[in-house]
Amino acid sequence: MPKSKKETPPPAAEDSAPEGAPPKRRATAESMASRQREISVSEFFTKNRHLLGFDNPAKALLTTIKEAVDNSLDACEEAGILPDILVEIHETTAPARTATKPAKPLEGAAPAAPAGASRFRVVVEDNGPGIVKAQIPKIFAKLLYGSKFHRLKQSRGQQGIGISAAGLYGQLTTGKPVVITSKTAKGRPAFRIHLRIDTKRNQPDVFSEETIDWAKDHGTRVEIELVAAYRGGRTGVREYLEQTVVANPHMSLAYVSPKGERLEFPRVTSELPREAQEIKPHPHGVELGMLHTMLSDAAGESVKDVLVASFSRVSPAVAAEICKVAHVSAKTPADRIQGEDLERLHKALGEVKVMAPPATAVVPIGEALLIEGLKRRFSRAEFYASTTRPPSVYRGNPFVVEVGLAFGGDLPVDEPADIMRFANRVPLQYQPKACAISESVYQTNWRGYDLQQPKGGLPVAPLAVAVHLASVWVPFTSEAKEAVAHYDELLREMKLAVQECGRKLAAHIRARAHLQREEKRRSLFERYIPEVASAISAILDVPKDKIEKPFFAALPNFVRFADEPAAPPDGGGAPPAVASPSPSDAPRRSPPPPVKGKGKGRATPRGEQLELL
Amino acid sequence: MAAKKITPKRPSGSGTKRTERDTATLGKIEKLARGALAQATRGDNPGVDIRTRTLANVSFNQKRKIIELGDRTQTREFFNVAMARKFMQTMLVASGCKTLIGEGKTVSIRQMFYMTKHTLPGSSENTFEDQSESDPIIEDLEVGIDALREELHLFANRRGLVVGKLVVNDAGDEIDLSRMGRGGWGIPSICEPDALSFVKNSAEFILLVEKQAVWHRLNEDRFWEKHNCILLTSEGQAARGARRLLQRMATELKLPIYALVDNDPWGLYIYSVLKQGSINLAYESMRMAVPQVRFLGMSAFDYKKFSMPKAAEIKLTKEDVTRAEQMKAYPWFKDAKWQREIQATIDNGFKMEVDALLTKRISFITEEYIPKKLRDRDYLQ
Repeated sequence: MPKSKKETPPPAAEDSAPEGAPPKRRATAESMASRQREISVSEFFTKNRHLLGFDNPAKALLTTIKEAVDNSLDACEEAGILPDILVEIHETTAPARTATKPAKPLEGAAPAAPAGASRFRVVVEDNGPGIVKAQIPKIFAKLLYGSKFHRLKQSRGQQGIGISAAGLYGQLTTGKPVVITSKTAKGRPAFRIHLRIDTKRNQPDVFSEETIDWAKDHGTRVEIELVAAYRGGRTGVREYLEQTVVANPHMSLAYVSPKGERLEFPRVTSELPREAQEIKPHPHGVELGMLHTMLSDAAGESVKDVLVASFSRVSPAVAAEICKVAHVSAKTPADRIQGEDLERLHKALGEVKVMAPPATAVVPIGEALLIEGLKRRFSRAEFYASTTRPPSVYRGNPFVVEVGLAFGGDLPVDEPADIMRFANRVPLQYQPKACAISESVYQTNWRGYDLQQPKGGLPVAPLAVAVHLASVWVPFTSEAKEAVAHYDELLREMKLAVQECGRKLAAHIRARAHLQREEKRRSLFERYIPEVASAISAILDVPKDKIEKPFFAALPNFVRFADEPAAPPDGGGAPPAVASPSPSDAPRRSPPPPVKGKGKGRATPRGEQLELL
Repeated sequence: MAAKKITPKRPSGSGTKRTERDTATLGKIEKLARGALAQATRGDNPGVDIRTRTLANVSFNQKRKIIELGDRTQTREFFNVAMARKFMQTMLVASGCKTLIGEGKTVSIRQMFYMTKHTLPGSSENTFEDQSESDPIIEDLEVGIDALREELHLFANRRGLVVGKLVVNDAGDEIDLSRMGRGGWGIPSICEPDALSFVKNSAEFILLVEKQAVWHRLNEDRFWEKHNCILLTSEGQAARGARRLLQRMATELKLPIYALVDNDPWGLYIYSVLKQGSINLAYESMRMAVPQVRFLGMSAFDYKKFSMPKAAEIKLTKEDVTRAEQMKAYPWFKDAKWQREIQATIDNGFKMEVDALLTKRISFITEEYIPKKLRDRDYLQ
């Protein structure tokens, strides 16, 4: 990362020279050159840790856990293992500085713990495939090292910067090394390695390593000690974990909070998400620079061949068409395409009609499982619904939006709806206002679904909405991965998904209101029947019960759909009030339930209705 | 006040004797109950057919000059949120009436309200919240089973006073209406022949005044003695007793009847109800309407005729004008003379109370106004 020669002379100070005199030279190219040197990524991080989500002690704790858990989940899924994850946070009294061997004096070390912050030891342990011993130092103690950056495949982590940044943060604030324990298979040894990052060289520094006995068959355990603050609320660790549990129904989680509370979320499905396919870039999303690199790397091949080989959905015919549109001969050697040719080719790539990228690259949670996920967190809601949109594309990247919601029950009635944002199953907790996902919820007219919504605000209802964006490349607004950027295509799909789900909710709310009306009617008649019966009994000299009986028997003929034949909630024959997702693989919005022949009995057994209310 | 109503022609309410009429009424009540039960048993919606008592379902019989109830009926269904309560109330009242007939007793409609009012078990809801709820139900029942109020052993609070040259027999007591002092004889709420009969009449006409105060003025001036008539007040809108009595006097005594009401739309409507019946009780018109009643006053034209002072005027309100326009549209006021009369009030822009005649002199009404109107045959019919 070449640092610019930015030591530009400061503007001439007014008193430094008489007017008109040429400014005095202060540095020569040579003297400047002596100061120009490479900056290590670690050094860059030290100064710019806010970029990666370590701006304050509370956020640092969250980011550390998040990076570790994300990595664990990615690893488990890639290996085809159902993840069992343990997260522990222990508050450690800051030991006397001498207790540990003081690390090298740390440049940029955090000032003594800021107000409200103290020391924590974070432990994240998984049952994943483990890590080969030789790779451990690089993965955990070298920034920008990983397996995910160089491929187009849906995963939680993207750059390979997170976990090592967390380790670095710990090291900078406490001087403590990162401790990694890993085991790759039963019968193999487990290694425990203490690591530091040499911030100058961006190289791992193995502090100590040992072989230990570990009861686990395989897995990885990360321990990082850091100065941080434990907070509750929307941006807290617990919120993160609970949301993660929603988006990952196949994950089993145990959490031990700093106060020693233990939370357990056993998995609700043993179905692993389908493995995401790695794909080649799609011609519609490629940037000029990237195209240039692709072409120059393929010396000796023709443009056409390179296009076919490097891009997704580009057949020889399509490649020929692209070349034609770009006025470039298909046989031109790839590395010779430069300048205007390159620009025309880039333009042509975006213009020619190409099939959408394969949707297999994107793995949604699925409608049924999203509801199962929601139930883990909102177990006592009254209604659940979900919608998974068909795959779509922005800038050549396939993506899927899905929305799930929980409504009613013990959710707070008078508060704005709870919005959970997920990108590739990772909860986004910061910067809601900057995020396209929030935007899609705000822009939806919830009043149309019979909810209250202050102008320009969130609906005020016992409602929790989860919006998940799954994509091979999620466009975040910053490296801290806090908010999704506003791409029109994304926003449109999100809104469609929210609306589709909203309609399901509206159908439920209307059906519920109808039932309540019915219930009111029923109780009215039930109150009056004894009166009518005793009057008729007095008139006819017939015992009262002989009259009540036929009246009560006739009642069900009139209480159910007497007013209007209210359509049953979306999703048809599902049991009342329980979520009615369309089958999880349904390609499109579920077709309206067949109305014809719907013998939705007038006489529904009583208990069934009361159950809901 | 006179004559507390006692069960007709029966020394006491022993209840053992049941008239044929009672038996017939009981049959109607039982039919109603049996019908509802049968419908429920079939799984149908139990209902009571009630002819609707609305302007849309009454018509003016041009030949008989009375308002008649049409055939349009509404079924009051039990399994209908809007009607369930009223259905229940109808059954309660029916049951109450059965009890009355069975025990041979008669109660006021207010007493019926209390007889049938109670709190529904397990709620704070009453079968009837107040009498304004039960009164229409009684009327519904009358129409629904085609029984008269007295057949249901019910009566309304009596209203109306009478004095004059007539002797009647009420429940066995002979009453000389010319010897009633200042108070007059209170008209019973039920004036059917089985309880009330005319013994001796020497009157030549009947004068009905709207207001008790006017009646009092005339009685004190012994108007009825001087003019040999029967003097009656309906005390506002005429109750059924007064209307029935008036009709029987008209037909049995064959006397002309004059009505004196205020010169405003409300006064005219009182006259109108006497004459051809009301919308609400259109089913009773046959027994109550007296088409031959003459409208003696006050006419809008009396203002000039009698050179009334400005002080007699009361400005017409917007409501008055609206009501007057409505009246103009009634089929029974379609005659040119009525249109002229009503229009004159509107054009005058003021109304006049009968009492306003006192702006002239205390007994102007007795000594001049009525005699002159009668002499001049200055009335409408």
